[in-house]
Amino acid sequence: MDNMLDIRNLTIHYEVESGTVHAVEGLNLTLGRGESLGFVGETGAGKTTTALGIMRLIPNPPGKIKSGEIIFDGENLLDKSEAEMRKIRGEKIAMIFQDPMTSLNPVMTVDKQIAEMISLHKKVTKSEALKLAGDMLELVGIRRERMHDYPHQFSGGMKQRVVIAIALACDPELLIADEPTTALDVTIQAQVLELMKELKQKFSASMILITHDLGIVAEICDKVAIMYAGRVVEYADKRSLYSHPIHPYTRGLFRSVPDIDEDVDELPVIPGLMPDPVNLPSGCAFHPRCSMATEECAKVRPEMQEAEPGHFAACPFCVKKFMNGEAL
Amino acid sequence: MLKYILRRIIMLIPVLLGVAFCVFTLLYFTPGDPARMVLGDLATDEAIKEFRDKEGLNDPFLVQFGNYIWKAVAHGDIGRSYSSKRPVMQEILTAFPYTLKLSAFAMIIAIIIGIPCGIISAIKQYSWFDTITMIFAMIGLSMPVFWLGLLLILFFAVRLRWLPSSGFSTFKAMILPSVALAAQSISMVTRMTRSSMLEVIRADYIRTARAKGQKESIVIGVHALRNALIPVVTLCGLQFGQLLSGAILTESIFAVPGVGRLMVNAIMSRDYPMVQGGVLFIAVTFSIVNLLVDLLYAYIDPRIKAELK
Amino acid sequence: MSEKEIIPELVRKRRSPFVDVMMRLAKSPLAMFGLAIIFVLVFCAIFAELISPYSPIKQDLMHMFETPSAEHWLGTDEFGRDILSRLIYGARVSLQVGFIAVGIALVTGGMLGAVSGYYSGKLDNIIMRVMDVLLSIPQTLLAIAIVAALGPSLMNLMIAVGISAVPTYARIVRGSVLSIRSMEFIEAARAAGSSDLRIILKHIIPNSMAPIIVQSTLGVASAILNAAGLSFIGLGIQPPNPEWGAMLSGGRQYIRDYPHMTLYPGLAIMLTILALNFLGDGLRDALDPKLKR
Repeated sequence: MDNMLDIRNLTIHYEVESGTVHAVEGLNLTLGRGESLGFVGETGAGKTTTALGIMRLIPNPPGKIKSGEIIFDGENLLDKSEAEMRKIRGEKIAMIFQDPMTSLNPVMTVDKQIAEMISLHKKVTKSEALKLAGDMLELVGIRRERMHDYPHQFSGGMKQRVVIAIALACDPELLIADEPTTALDVTIQAQVLELMKELKQKFSASMILITHDLGIVAEICDKVAIMYAGRVVEYADKRSLYSHPIHPYTRGLFRSVPDIDEDVDELPVIPGLMPDPVNLPSGCAFHPRCSMATEECAKVRPEMQEAEPGHFAACPFCVKKFMNGEAL
Repeated sequence: MLKYILRRIIMLIPVLLGVAFCVFTLLYFTPGDPARMVLGDLATDEAIKEFRDKEGLNDPFLVQFGNYIWKAVAHGDIGRSYSSKRPVMQEILTAFPYTLKLSAFAMIIAIIIGIPCGIISAIKQYSWFDTITMIFAMIGLSMPVFWLGLLLILFFAVRLRWLPSSGFSTFKAMILPSVALAAQSISMVTRMTRSSMLEVIRADYIRTARAKGQKESIVIGVHALRNALIPVVTLCGLQFGQLLSGAILTESIFAVPGVGRLMVNAIMSRDYPMVQGGVLFIAVTFSIVNLLVDLLYAYIDPRIKAELK
Repeated sequence: MSEKEIIPELVRKRRSPFVDVMMRLAKSPLAMFGLAIIFVLVFCAIFAELISPYSPIKQDLMHMFETPSAEHWLGTDEFGRDILSRLIYGARVSLQVGFIAVGIALVTGGMLGAVSGYYSGKLDNIIMRVMDVLLSIPQTLLAIAIVAALGPSLMNLMIAVGISAVPTYARIVRGSVLSIRSMEFIEAARAAGSSDLRIILKHIIPNSMAPIIVQSTLGVASAILNAAGLSFIGLGIQPPNPEWGAMLSGGRQYIRDYPHMTLYPGLAIMLTILALNFLGDGLRDALDPKLKR
């Protein structure tokens, strides 16, 4: 398979006063060309850190990529010089950030912020760049007349549209969207998602969509990776993951999603809390919260195993049961 | 925008009236008879009485205050110096250019040194440069201007004989007083730039700029700096007021013939119209500077500009 | 997950806030350096009679203008007075001025600010406009004007320096009262029938302590600096009483031949201010760990 992105054994730590935060710990992930991957996990699972790692934008200090490889278009991004990375950022890989309220420079008009991206990666004059910026604004559904406005003159949803316009301005191969709708009102969320879906088609870019909302994933993505405590615990195409999740954590997540057709008094929740990233549990990081955990789980860190073609999970116990056709 | 400026100027009026009232009251109730001060101890009682009548010193307090304000507004007359007998306004206007020059030089020095130091300190947080700059800034902040002035004189004028120890007529003579006066402001500007910059470089929009593939020098120099300087501009306005009053001490150390020295001499010789006029004059200048800073602020921060429309 | 999300999670620990602040403060070498100097100064101020080798005002015309020696560690001045002894007694004056002036400013400004912030409306408007008037006169200048009017003395110096700092405290207190007042626990207290005074004393003041403590520490520094400046131009403590600013002023005319007379008093002022500033900065970081990263 032609993999556009192949992350191998990526480990990212933050050194803070109270110790080392194991934000990403031996993460493996692949993304094919033209695919869109939903990257799901609770707050603190290491999703944003992974994304920033791909961009090589981990704030250092305190963050540091300790080991691993990020192969993008056949080349390891971790071997690139800063100058080479700058060419890749924006042009090949673009990112949409979580909070549109703070992601735009408050003292710069939006056309200039889009044009900046264009001027950096395309050989155009300043006025051409500004004209293209106006085109981009129209593309994301903002009237051209507003291009000389400052960010504070836009609403949250509009700002996110501007952020999307910046990200797509240079036609990137890979778009990383970090919870692009979390900070928005529910009604606006749908519009922005619709826009992203449409533009993804139009630009035929691959996409990593970071979210904690399984509903959004169902709507937009082809593949899903579930992240827990710095690692991917389950990876599959959307259909097989949604129809039969394997890892206990994934199943817990699905159980906690309310079902409109069902009338329940109480939603089941996963007991316990996310582990402290400074002191990750030994073995499988999920074992303290897992109802099926055995002594073995506390000792050996489980590797990803293929349960059915293209469906991987990091729980040997469950994979075995699944392959034996037992109920999970 | 024009409307805003006008409104700000109108708002200034009650504040300045308030300042005038405070200063007038303060000195009105000061022990000692102004007539006696002007005419001297040998004056006859009749002469004193005549003077009091003529100058309206027997009028009720509020009438006197009203007259003072009226004369100040209508004729720019804020009294006559007891000691030199010349109009206070005239004396102040002769001295003011020196004070303004001194403060402006100090401000420029503070900006030229403080902002770059603050930026580098912030970018290289916890580096040796940062540590040393911060310690020096703290020392500068704690350095009494009158002591620093004396040290500079001792070193550069007495020991090395490079620069004159007093006066303000040549460029060489301006160096020591300006540097002495600037020390505290340099420290303030450095610290403020650093902390403002530290806050800004962690902002999401800086990450956005980096994610565009922008060069670090432009990320810092354009995106971060413009945002980080907004609070620094406010500080500079406030610092200018500090400089104007710091000039009082600096001028008396370096014998600069500015408003500060005029006032110190006036205080020593109990020349109250002069003191009153001097305080009022500096307060007016300070208020105008702050107004200008607010306008500049509106210019560099579009969020505020929008609010004004 | 970004660093912003992780770190507060880790900072949260289960200790009493006071112990927490003190632990953080103890970690800052500069703040500890400041605290040590302040302890030394307070010690000097309290036990000046016991530790100073000579009388601070007794003239000794046989030993004028002596440079530092075994008998007079920091030398003598134009009247043969021992500079070290004068500095030790001077600490008493400076600290007294610093703390009392800040006390005056804090009580007056704090009350005005609390009332202003708590009741808002017309009263707030009047108080804050008066503060605006005072703020439009630079602080040193205001102090000079007040001393000039009242006449130079220790008491007037403290009053002048204190009053000139009132608006600063009024603003800070008002600001924190305003932000706290709108919080839910104040609503809850009011709903439970607490009186205004009780709410101010029990809830608002304790919760606005952090910025006030920091400002007061830094305020003592600037009060001492202001007072020394006023004494330097002859508006403060009158001779022969030992005061650092006045000593500087006295030594100034002999600077060409006897620089030690200006060197040590200036150093004393600077070290004191430096110590207080370090402590104030350390306190600010310790009280508000979010600011320090």
